[in-house]
Amino acid sequence: MEIALSKEEEAFRQEARAWLQEQLNGPFKELQGRGASGDQDRYVEERVAWGKVMGAAGWNCIGWPKEFGGRACSIREEAVFNEEYVRANGPGNVGHIGETLLGPTVIHFGSPEQQERFLPPIVSGEEIWCQGYSEPGAGSDLANVQTKATLVGEEWVIEGQKIWTSGAQYSDWCFLLCRTDTEAPKHRGISCILVPMKQDGIEVRPIRQMGGSSEFAEVFFDGAKAQKDHVVGGINNGWKVAMGTLAFERGASTLGQQYLFQKEFEQVVAAAKESGAAKDPILRQRIANAAIGLKIMRVNALRMLEHEGTDLNREALISKLYWSNWHRDLGKLAMDLLGPEAELLDAPPYELTAMQKWYLFSRADTIYAGSNQIQRNIIGERGLGLPKEPR
Amino acid sequence: MEFSFSEDQNELRRTARRFLEVASSEARVRTAMETERGYDPATWAQLSGELAWTALTIPEEYGGLGMSYLDLHPLMEEIGRALLCAPFLSTVGLGANALLLGGSEAQKQLYLPRIAAGETRATLAFAEKNGKMDVAGIEATYARNGSGYLLSGDKSYVLDGHTADLLIVAARSERSAGAEGVSLFLVPNDAEGLKRAWLPTMDQTRRLASVQLRDVTVPDEALLGDEGRGWAICEKTLDLARIALAAEQVGAAEMCLERSVEYAKVRQQFGRPIGSFQSIKHKCADMLMLVESARSAAFYASALATQGGEGLEEAASSAKAYCSDAFFHCAAETIQIHGGIGFTWEHPAHLYFKRAKATENLFGDAAFHRERVAEQMGL
Repeated sequence: MEIALSKEEEAFRQEARAWLQEQLNGPFKELQGRGASGDQDRYVEERVAWGKVMGAAGWNCIGWPKEFGGRACSIREEAVFNEEYVRANGPGNVGHIGETLLGPTVIHFGSPEQQERFLPPIVSGEEIWCQGYSEPGAGSDLANVQTKATLVGEEWVIEGQKIWTSGAQYSDWCFLLCRTDTEAPKHRGISCILVPMKQDGIEVRPIRQMGGSSEFAEVFFDGAKAQKDHVVGGINNGWKVAMGTLAFERGASTLGQQYLFQKEFEQVVAAAKESGAAKDPILRQRIANAAIGLKIMRVNALRMLEHEGTDLNREALISKLYWSNWHRDLGKLAMDLLGPEAELLDAPPYELTAMQKWYLFSRADTIYAGSNQIQRNIIGERGLGLPKEPR
Repeated sequence: MEFSFSEDQNELRRTARRFLEVASSEARVRTAMETERGYDPATWAQLSGELAWTALTIPEEYGGLGMSYLDLHPLMEEIGRALLCAPFLSTVGLGANALLLGGSEAQKQLYLPRIAAGETRATLAFAEKNGKMDVAGIEATYARNGSGYLLSGDKSYVLDGHTADLLIVAARSERSAGAEGVSLFLVPNDAEGLKRAWLPTMDQTRRLASVQLRDVTVPDEALLGDEGRGWAICEKTLDLARIALAAEQVGAAEMCLERSVEYAKVRQQFGRPIGSFQSIKHKCADMLMLVESARSAAFYASALATQGGEGLEEAASSAKAYCSDAFFHCAAETIQIHGGIGFTWEHPAHLYFKRAKATENLFGDAAFHRERVAEQMGL
């Protein structure tokens, strides 16, 4: 089941495929498949170098407008590129926060000076970004951020703490939601400030996750500094900016993600055949159910790509809830069909097998980027027009 | 493959909805479901006459409109939405498809124009009391008898079997087993030795019947397809009917969602609409996810049936399994969201809940189809 491509789009696919295959079977062979979920804190230097090569060849930020260094690719082309990237077993992209979140935010809300300063190094892969949103007291209730920024002369001085910050250890910059007006109602006193990470006054403490690796961190701000004019979208307008950032996710990663899921699913099926679990009538039902679910995910995605730009894209609204549930179920299925063998590590001290990683890391899928509960609120309110919870 | 409905298909949907809002209003459904026949002949005349729905997928050379199987999809959704009581799925999904797949030129010339015009209602009598939905369920037999065949056995769960004009009967040669030896026969409803009876069902919006065959004699020309090779035709016919039924389930599930959302917006408790509570909102969100995903499953199968690619069996079974579960879930949640009123005879929630169960069982339930997908996967 393939998306129907025009001649130009097909040529684009071939171009992307040729370049990726050449690089990832040549100079970057050792990076194949590295830095995926559960492995994001490894091979960082090499992956930064890879990002720069991607940039030099014009493969970063391809969906951005040309004036900002992109290729103005359609979402379909972007989706095709992502699919080819995964097909070529490309490594986890350290630049993706800059490319998919901060960049579009600066393009939409930023001043010309900010655009000039911050966009080119994202395109070239030279600057890596992290997202400073969540705090211990501001998870799903994001507007409750307490990290405070105070203007002192020409600088913002920042005090507070962020948490669950992916890639904070190796990022150059952070876009930080801070409280800049403590008197205003909570949605109105927030600003989005661009803060350099490599400075005194910022301490990054990696958090060890349930899988043993440390892909996110706590970030402590104790007198950290940011330039006065590095507020995106205006002072105290950060809530609007933050909501905009979340809306920029176009769903272009969907085909690539499904290719990855397909590969995982095939391994689960192979394991089921090998262990004899495929003969068990109950597990057969569950495997078939996963197969059906995966096919549907693909049709959902292809429908979404065809409906792109329409007012109410219901396929886009359900996408996160659907795939995160499917993936979580796959992780559990993988463990269930292995039986007692599911317990055995790849190696001590705590080297997980691939399936153990899916089992453990898919628990994060239903939490990050809007938990399932938040997704259901969004679907109910935006998709179905149900009334909001009184606040 | 395109992954959205065309403008023509959307127009067909709108036309169907306008018609069904009147012809299959809740009151009309309740009237039809009280009758033994199970449908309103005047409505049937309209939908097969001026609307030409029975002609939709039949090629032009046989008096049809020659439209695609995907064109049928939005229509089936609307039929499901409105709980239309009519022998439409049996006639179009089973009868016409079996003739198109297995019929000789003469058989197609004879029957298809009548089906297209709504004059002949047809069905497939394959299942029996044993309830098996695969070839093992076929125990009725046939034997050569001079210049024809002699059919014997008991069919059951025959969709609209008591009102059909034409029954396509699956039977096997004596002492045969498996798919070998199964043949299909065109049997008119007035054949001697044929006895049909309505089987009253929990879901009153659709009719099932039993069909007795006591030494029914049919001529050579009644054989559909090659002798002993009928199962392949029967199975593909069923797959096409399953796809149409899956689309029907999508439309019905979506109606459940819409009714639930509508109610959740107006019903006040604790001084606020119940839809503002996450417990209700999240149920509705899950229903939307199921409805759209079910639509994807059925859409893909319909498109594949049109395009004629590999994997139709798997797509049909995937759609039937997923849409059955989705419809059941949505119908059940509709009752829960409506509370007490949802449990009454007066409210239509039970009509959907009952149809959900009935459609789940029709042509094989979700577990049957998941097992079929597992087999297709080589498990």
